Amino acid sequence: MSIHMRWAMCLGVMWVAGLAHAQKGETVKVAWIDPLSGLMAPVGSNQLKSFQFFADKFSQNNPAGVKFEVIGIDNKLSPAESLNALKAAMDQGVRYITPGNGSSVAGALIDAINKHNERNPGKEVVYLNHSAVDPDFTNSKCSYWHFRFDADTSMKMEAMSSFMKDLPEIKKIYLLNQNYSHGHQVAKYAKETIARKRPDIQFVGEDLHPLAQVRDFAPYIAKIKASGADTVITGNWGSDLALLIKAANEGGFNGKFFTYYTGVTGTPTALGKGGEGRVYQIAYNHYNMGGQMAQWMKEFQTKYKDDFYTGSAIHIFNYLSAAMAKAQSTDPVKVAAAMHGLKIKSFNGEVEMRKLDHQLQQTLFMSVWQKADPKYPYNPENTGMTLVPVKTFEPYISSTPTSCQMKTP
Amino acid sequence: MEFFLISLLNGVSYGLLLFMLSAGLTLIFSMMGVLNFAHASFYMLGAYLGYSLNQLWGFLPALVLAPLVVGLLGAAFEKYLLRRVHAHGHVPELLITFGLAYVVLEVVQLLWGRSAVAFAPPAWLQGPAFTLVGGSGASTIQWLWGAAPEAFCQGAVVCSPFPATRAFMMGVAVAMVLCLWALITRTRVGLVIQAALTHPQAVQTLGHNVPRVFMVVFGVGTGLAALAGVIGGSTFVTEPSMAATVGSVTFVVIVMGGLGSLAGAFWASVLIGTVQTLAVAVDLSLTDLWLRLGLPQSASMASGSWMNLTLSQAAPILPYLFLVLMLMIRPKGLMGTRED
Repeated sequence: MSIHMRWAMCLGVMWVAGLAHAQKGETVKVAWIDPLSGLMAPVGSNQLKSFQFFADKFSQNNPAGVKFEVIGIDNKLSPAESLNALKAAMDQGVRYITPGNGSSVAGALIDAINKHNERNPGKEVVYLNHSAVDPDFTNSKCSYWHFRFDADTSMKMEAMSSFMKDLPEIKKIYLLNQNYSHGHQVAKYAKETIARKRPDIQFVGEDLHPLAQVRDFAPYIAKIKASGADTVITGNWGSDLALLIKAANEGGFNGKFFTYYTGVTGTPTALGKGGEGRVYQIAYNHYNMGGQMAQWMKEFQTKYKDDFYTGSAIHIFNYLSAAMAKAQSTDPVKVAAAMHGLKIKSFNGEVEMRKLDHQLQQTLFMSVWQKADPKYPYNPENTGMTLVPVKTFEPYISSTPTSCQMKTP
Repeated sequence: MEFFLISLLNGVSYGLLLFMLSAGLTLIFSMMGVLNFAHASFYMLGAYLGYSLNQLWGFLPALVLAPLVVGLLGAAFEKYLLRRVHAHGHVPELLITFGLAYVVLEVVQLLWGRSAVAFAPPAWLQGPAFTLVGGSGASTIQWLWGAAPEAFCQGAVVCSPFPATRAFMMGVAVAMVLCLWALITRTRVGLVIQAALTHPQAVQTLGHNVPRVFMVVFGVGTGLAALAGVIGGSTFVTEPSMAATVGSVTFVVIVMGGLGSLAGAFWASVLIGTVQTLAVAVDLSLTDLWLRLGLPQSASMASGSWMNLTLSQAAPILPYLFLVLMLMIRPKGLMGTRED
């Protein structure tokens, strides 16, 4: 082999290697579109910090070798404002968006992105849904461009009802939810799954209240007490859960709460020492995951004096970097194709982005509010309390069928 | 029964908070004939100042100082801004209060941020003031001061604690009503104010400084709003949209009570507070009414018709419905005297 040949081969290898990492060093902008004003602002600002924190972490080291940049835009929890935010993000050259707070907002954005992608080939935008859990988004309204990293209400309720069916003390349930798509779905799936697994349980009341507007839940608590309910199921989040719990403590309601979002900003403080052993959360994570997650949460707590709970942010950066490495590109069309059906390891075990409907299949945990101890040490909002896992649901248990007929471009 | 009592107490305490707010608004209106759009902003300012003073010196100093500071700000606003535009008629006056509401909102957001601040009531206001014991297991409703012992509230016996913050809210409001009433009807200052309401020129000719009376009334009105703010902010939530939410309801209150009538505002606030709270408890819908009348139910009615909306779901719009109905049926309000 002559020296020229060797040089040529060397160059060739370098060229191929260069091609293989065409995306390396590129900056990927992710627009975070969620509330930063109003009653839900504390939740929003916590999540923005979470996304920025993990953008930094993953930029330091990820298989695709890309850098992530998070752009935060306030949507005031309004679908109309969110559409403006989407436009503003696209004008800045953003191709990945991640809104999550409020299925009301998510529905409008999915429609907008479907239309945009159809009309503007080459400028596609991908929707990375971190927290909007209305099952419709992966069923009747499913879209190829939408990927959900949270578990939807049908999955959470499947797991929650499996846990509740083994608690004989639950006899009368009250459903209290926010009056919009998410709250309606929680009520619907709660009734459906519990009627299937424990037909003897009675539903003694059901209420829907306006989203992020109620300041005084005392009348609702009085009503729940009068109904004789021993358990409340609620999909409330942010101030709607914190103020509900506060009113329950003040109004002397001693029943159980089954929630989605006990760990979200404000609620731990509202609970305080009260509610020990009575307040449950179903989610894809909890405060005491251990391992790498424990280190991250500790770092987050020292850096921001706040608690990290939006684990789907980690899923999202995991998926983006794995898919970009696989596609060898940051082009949303290629990355979406790579994420379609992709299996990876994340903090809650192996997860899969199901091809059928783009719903992440993952392990769920039922946890309960109680005193922090050496085994479960994480202490949110300086309450001295924590969420302790009581049951783990492998992906095959919480997985639910889909009616999605996805149009693949 | 204890459910009804607790709901009633919740409603009345909320109504009394509304009255603390609308008292100043209706007084100012009857004096100057101007609707102060920024009134609820003074309520919010009171809550935020109360929050900051509470951190510095504790709750009681905050409860006294925040209304004083806000009252002085209100008086200054009247003296240096409102009085100047007064000469140009009512529309500029209305517009300047409208502008002030936005200025206050933005200033509050600049100083304290866009999200809620943690304004917790002091330790002596946490926990229940008294407990109602009732339910099917108890023969009569009992009244216990403070919290009921654990052993007491078991099985069919239902304990309904009433939070001390709410009791305090009611106490302060009632004390305020008495003071206002005494001030207006039993003192010399009150006489001058009453006279200046209807015959400002005559009062001026008699040698009283009517502009100063106006300024004092404006200051007291905004101070009362701030007092409501400190109490409301610590009982509920202190955040930038608190003015907007409560502002619209106070307008309903003063229109219903009759513009300018203090007694009317009192009854209207208690009425609205109670109705809004009790409505949450009622799950009746138009469909139920329809069926009770013995009329047949169609298929479209059974599935998701607007007639299935329950009263509890409609509770938030009830005050505005009252407003429209009141203006239709009795435009001068419950106790108003103005026919114009």
